[in-house]
Amino acid sequence: MSKYLLNKFLFTVDRDPELVERYRTDPVGLVEWWEAEMANRILGSISEERSTWLAFTDEERRALRTHDHVALFGMGAHPFLTLTLFIAMFERDHGPLEYQKAYGAALAHLSLPYPDIAT
Amino acid sequence: MATVCAVIASTHHPFYYRASTAVGDDRPPFADAWVEKIERFRETLTAARPDVLVMVGSDHFHQLWLDNMPQFLVGKAPTYDANWYNEEREFGLPRFHLAGEEQLSEHILRQGLDSGFDLAFSNELRIDHSITCPIITLRPEADLPIVPIYTNIFAPPLPPPWRFVELGRQIRAMVESWPSQQRVAIIGTGHLSLELGGPRQFGPHGPDPEFDRRAVDWIARGDVTGCLEEVTLDSLHLPGNATHGFMDFMLMMGAAGDGVPADHVDSLDLFHTMEAYFTWFPGGDPRTGAVR
Repeated sequence: MSKYLLNKFLFTVDRDPELVERYRTDPVGLVEWWEAEMANRILGSISEERSTWLAFTDEERRALRTHDHVALFGMGAHPFLTLTLFIAMFERDHGPLEYQKAYGAALAHLSLPYPDIAT
Repeated sequence: MATVCAVIASTHHPFYYRASTAVGDDRPPFADAWVEKIERFRETLTAARPDVLVMVGSDHFHQLWLDNMPQFLVGKAPTYDANWYNEEREFGLPRFHLAGEEQLSEHILRQGLDSGFDLAFSNELRIDHSITCPIITLRPEADLPIVPIYTNIFAPPLPPPWRFVELGRQIRAMVESWPSQQRVAIIGTGHLSLELGGPRQFGPHGPDPEFDRRAVDWIARGDVTGCLEEVTLDSLHLPGNATHGFMDFMLMMGAAGDGVPADHVDSLDLFHTMEAYFTWFPGGDPRTGAVR
C-alpha cells in the first residue's frame, strides 16, 4: 500500500483543471493514463529521470477508478486532498453544502482513531 | 532596532472573501456580523501603523509537497504571487501579489540557523490562503512588504507543539534584533477545532466546541504553560482531524509572550468551524494611548 502514491495522484489531478474534468468524466481512463505516465514522474524532473518502483495495488486502483472516497479515507489518503478534489468534481451537481455534508455522512460509521495518514 | 508593533493571531477562513462580497440572495445571513467583527479586528492592525508584515501560515499542498517537505520554511523573494487555481475554484479567492521584505527574510534565516532552527527557504514562493486570508481581512490594500513563514501542520510527521511555541518566541526575538527602524507586525493564522474530509466535517459548529472554548481562553490569557500541558500531537486528533493547525496559534502565543493577555479578543461561531481573532500590542494599545 502506498499512501504516498495515492496522495500524489490526488495532488497532481487536483491542481490541473483539465485533469479534474478527465477524472470526473472518465475515471477508469484517467487512472490508467496517470499510472502509466505520471506515477513514476519525479515532479520537476524530465521524463528520462523518472522513478522505477511506484505502482498502485489493485484495491487502490479500484478505489480511484470508482471515485470511492470512503475507501480512500480508510487507506489513509490525505483527507484534505481527497475532499478538495471531490468537491471540485461533484459539488456542482448539488445544492449549497449538500455535497460536503453527504461526503461526511458517508464516513459516519468511522470513529477515532482514524486511519493513519503519515507517509 | 525594529519595533514589533503588533502580534496578531487569527483563523484563516477561506469563505470570508466570498461571504463578505456577496450581495442579494447570495449573501449568507451571517455575513454582516462577520464583516463587522473583521472590520474591528482590522482596526487593531491599522492602529499599530506597521511598515512590514511577518506572515506565518501553512501551505496546503500547493507548492510544498511530500517529495521534499520542509517543517519550517521562510520565503526570501522580492515578490510573492498569491493564491492558486484550486483556491479560486473552491473559494473564489482573487489572485494578487505582495512585495517581499528580503532584508528581514535574510536576517530571520541567518538568526534562525545560528540559534538552532534549521529553517528551509524559498526564493520563489506562491503563497496560499493561509497568508492571503489575513491580508484580505486585515490589510486588504495589500500594500505592505511581507516575510512569509510556513509551518508544517499538515503532513506528518509534524514538529511537536512546544517547537511551534519556541519558534514563535524566536521569531519575536529575531524581529526585535533586526537592525532597522521599521515597525513590524507578526501575523499568524491557524485553526481551532476543525475536521476536513472526515465524518465530523461541515457540522452546525466546529467539531469540538469545548476545545474551542478552552483554546480561546488559553490564547486570550497567553496561557502558554496551561496549553502546553494539555496539547500534544496525539491529543490534537480528538477535536478534529485538521486541528493540528492549532499549533500555529501556539506559535503566535510564543510570539506574544508567556502570560501576556491579548488586547483584542473576539470570536464568531460559524458552521463548520469557529472563527477567532486576537491582537497583542507589545508597546501598549495605540487605540487608547496606554503604554505597556
